[in-house]
Amino acid sequence: MEENEKSICPETPQPQPVQEEKKETAPTDKSTSQPTAAPTPKPAAPRPTPPPASPAKNEIKPEVVTPEELHERLAHLKAEGYSLLENLTGTDWGEEGMGVVYSLTNPETFDMTHVKVIAADKETPYLDSVTDLWDIANFYEREVYDFYGIIFLNHPDLRRLFLREDWVGHPFRKNGYEESNNPEIAETDEPISDLAVKYTLTPDGKLHKEETPLFAEEDYVINLGPQHPSTHGVLHFRTRLEGEIITKIDPHLGYIHRGIEKISEELTYPQTLALTDRMDYLGAMQNRHALCMCIEQALGVEVSDRVQVIRTIMDELQRIDSHLLFFSCLCQDLGATTSFLYGFRDREKVLDIFEETCGGRLILNYNMIGGLAYDIHPNFQRRVKEFIPMMRKNLKEYDDIFTGNVIFQNRSKGVGILSKEQVISFGCTGGTGRASGWHNDLRKHRPYAAYDRVEFKEVVRTEGDSFARYMIRLDEIRESLHIIEQLIDNIPEGKIAEKMKPVLKLPVGSYYSAVEGSRGILGVHIESKGDKMPYRLHYRATGLPLVAVMDTACTGYMIADLIAIGGTIDYVVPDIDR
Amino acid sequence: MFDFSDVTTPLHAFLSRLLGESLAVVTECVLVAVALISIYAVFAMIMIYAERKVCAAFQCRIGPDRVGKWGWLQVISDVLKMMTKEVINLRQTDRFLHRIAPFLVVTASMTTFACLPWNKGAQIIDFNVGVFFFLAVGSVGVVGILLAGWSSNNKYSLIGAMRSGAQIISYELSIGMVMLTMICLTGTMSFSEICQQQADLGWNIFRGHIIALPAFIIYLIAGNAECNRGPFDLPESESELTAGYHTEYSGMDFGYYYLAEYLNIVVCAGIAATIFLGGWAPFVVPGLDGFNEVMSMIPGFVWFVGKTFFVIGLLLWQRWTFPRLRIDQILTLEWKYLIPISMTLLIGMALLVSFGLTF
Repeated sequence: MEENEKSICPETPQPQPVQEEKKETAPTDKSTSQPTAAPTPKPAAPRPTPPPASPAKNEIKPEVVTPEELHERLAHLKAEGYSLLENLTGTDWGEEGMGVVYSLTNPETFDMTHVKVIAADKETPYLDSVTDLWDIANFYEREVYDFYGIIFLNHPDLRRLFLREDWVGHPFRKNGYEESNNPEIAETDEPISDLAVKYTLTPDGKLHKEETPLFAEEDYVINLGPQHPSTHGVLHFRTRLEGEIITKIDPHLGYIHRGIEKISEELTYPQTLALTDRMDYLGAMQNRHALCMCIEQALGVEVSDRVQVIRTIMDELQRIDSHLLFFSCLCQDLGATTSFLYGFRDREKVLDIFEETCGGRLILNYNMIGGLAYDIHPNFQRRVKEFIPMMRKNLKEYDDIFTGNVIFQNRSKGVGILSKEQVISFGCTGGTGRASGWHNDLRKHRPYAAYDRVEFKEVVRTEGDSFARYMIRLDEIRESLHIIEQLIDNIPEGKIAEKMKPVLKLPVGSYYSAVEGSRGILGVHIESKGDKMPYRLHYRATGLPLVAVMDTACTGYMIADLIAIGGTIDYVVPDIDR
Repeated sequence: MFDFSDVTTPLHAFLSRLLGESLAVVTECVLVAVALISIYAVFAMIMIYAERKVCAAFQCRIGPDRVGKWGWLQVISDVLKMMTKEVINLRQTDRFLHRIAPFLVVTASMTTFACLPWNKGAQIIDFNVGVFFFLAVGSVGVVGILLAGWSSNNKYSLIGAMRSGAQIISYELSIGMVMLTMICLTGTMSFSEICQQQADLGWNIFRGHIIALPAFIIYLIAGNAECNRGPFDLPESESELTAGYHTEYSGMDFGYYYLAEYLNIVVCAGIAATIFLGGWAPFVVPGLDGFNEVMSMIPGFVWFVGKTFFVIGLLLWQRWTFPRLRIDQILTLEWKYLIPISMTLLIGMALLVSFGLTF
């Protein structure tokens, strides 16, 4: 890393600040591993972080409700217009007990409100389920149940979501979870239950467990996955068929669950950055941008204009990269292998640009808290400017060979239609939501970085079918090129990183920031107790809602359509599983 | 024009004198079988290599280039790999049907391959209902595919096999109909006579003009579907069904499917060349005697192979361009469009012939 900087430094327009920067960032990175490397001796007791001058922009002050009034309050808020359940974060507050923070959003104005609830019982906490209000709550609550063991009453299918079904305990609990109960490396096959579990409360206040089979004995169920070419990763759909018609899909997740959120609880803030690139590997820049932005805003750090502009350009390059891969994989899934390679040919150019500046092609490690890891490479602007016209020309080629093809149009038009109400209820943001006529581009509605000073169109279509989802992505490539074009010659001079303390401590509180990732809203929710490590770090994954909607989108269509629908809905598995 | 019977007749006479009539026929059968299998293998290799290189060219790639100059040894090493791989027998499969299925497929493909008229006097199977025979043995292949899907005891395989059955049986109808259209023009079902006629009177695609050209296109579409090739490759569409009916096959058992798939393209293209493009008949233009003489000097099998590869080229081109159809769309295309069109063509051709409007 340092060698890279040295080779870049002499050529940068302002070598002086960059050199200063290098001295500053290095200890930040290594603060935990080499505390003695800091120039001044470490004080005996760490200095408390001074509170930010103004309250942090992204601090959330959730309204606290009791478990009894939870469902009523959320239903009321939904009726008031907060009809998008943007995020649901389970947390174990220790002494206070376990609970959930619901982050609700108005899907038109993008105002947010947060509701916090703490379950009364600490041993077997239970809360009312909100699956009847939001479809996506089904998966979110299963995730919380999996991690914390909070039981959601009346949830129709409260199974584990990510962990194995024979897992013992709930690992995110702060007390009472014994790691040694589970094998370090599982040697047995995973048992997959065929029973949906539903908990209800009996009149005398006891939990009643009810199990119903997911599939009937005579159902023809095929397993698409975990190793299957069209699931784009290790994902498992148990698909019930009636001939070739799909009647039900039960997604089975967690094959690449790495416990990123759990690991993050034991890492300092700068260290948590390393894991973001490994969630949605096609949105590495944006993921890291989201986390950096959340921490910076919580600390009250203002990054320089130069950083904002470079981050914006990088985010858009990443979006192009992601959408090109989307195009390629869709072509491959539908059997058009030539267009598949056309897409990869062009994506290679984006990766080359990334490689020159960041050193990485997939895992980029570029954003840092307070700025960037390195300044842009001297060739960066030239290569981006070469790329833009080339990409525009090649997009025409895509249209010629694939978009206009009658077979593709027949296979995608009218297939997998999602209504606007459905995408909002499932929280399907990004291109999938915009294809159904929902204006949900955070770059427009909650502008961050340099998006408020560039001109671009929010691409929205109303058909809601696979073809619309496909066209959204291609049009977004054009818009991204337009954004980059406006910024690439106007990168302001300035520091590439703010001076940060070696040990960062977020003030006590809850923080939430979101960016528009390659495939939707990527949110970061941090609960801080004032330590150098996050007390709870939750990502609002873009992919989880997209997989959750697969059952609704595919039911009634054929197996071949599942490929087209899955391809256009565009989920990335490491992002789902985290 | 080179006549292959100049070789076979003296050979037959020589063997008869040497071994007696019946033993001579047995020897000839063996010779023919060896020749057939060798040509089959050589064509399979050419096809596999050609496909990899052609598709690489379409896709802005280089294609195989590691083994041998331009990667020409690639196919040979692939074959070696395939032959040395273990044939895996799975539990709970129908062992007998599982093993017999690839042989059915490859036998059907070889028998149809034997119907091709390579040159004047060089047909292996040739009799008065040759076209009929070709269609009949061609259909045996689908039995192999269905058995493979059933005996594998795998849901993907079964779906692949069902699709394949539905698809191949449907498309055989329009192939039959199109062939009938052309038989209407030629008045014979023997491949050798069809070729001879075209050498004398001109290629069928010119003789049948406005009817023969659409018939040719329908034949290409239906033939492509018969071969399970993209965009009709959904019996084995890898993105849905991993590999369809041959998911559970390995080693040479899989190799037979692979072989049969490629040779079916050659057969499909060869029959198209025979029925529409004159078979081994050279390209002649009435009136240009000098040009015609040069054309006639090129031996018939060069013409035949050349035309076959021209058609293969067309098939490869569209295979690497189009995305895959869906099963209901494939059946819609066949039953709602191709069959009515080919029936109309048959009537049209009958009218052309009866009013003497053909050349």
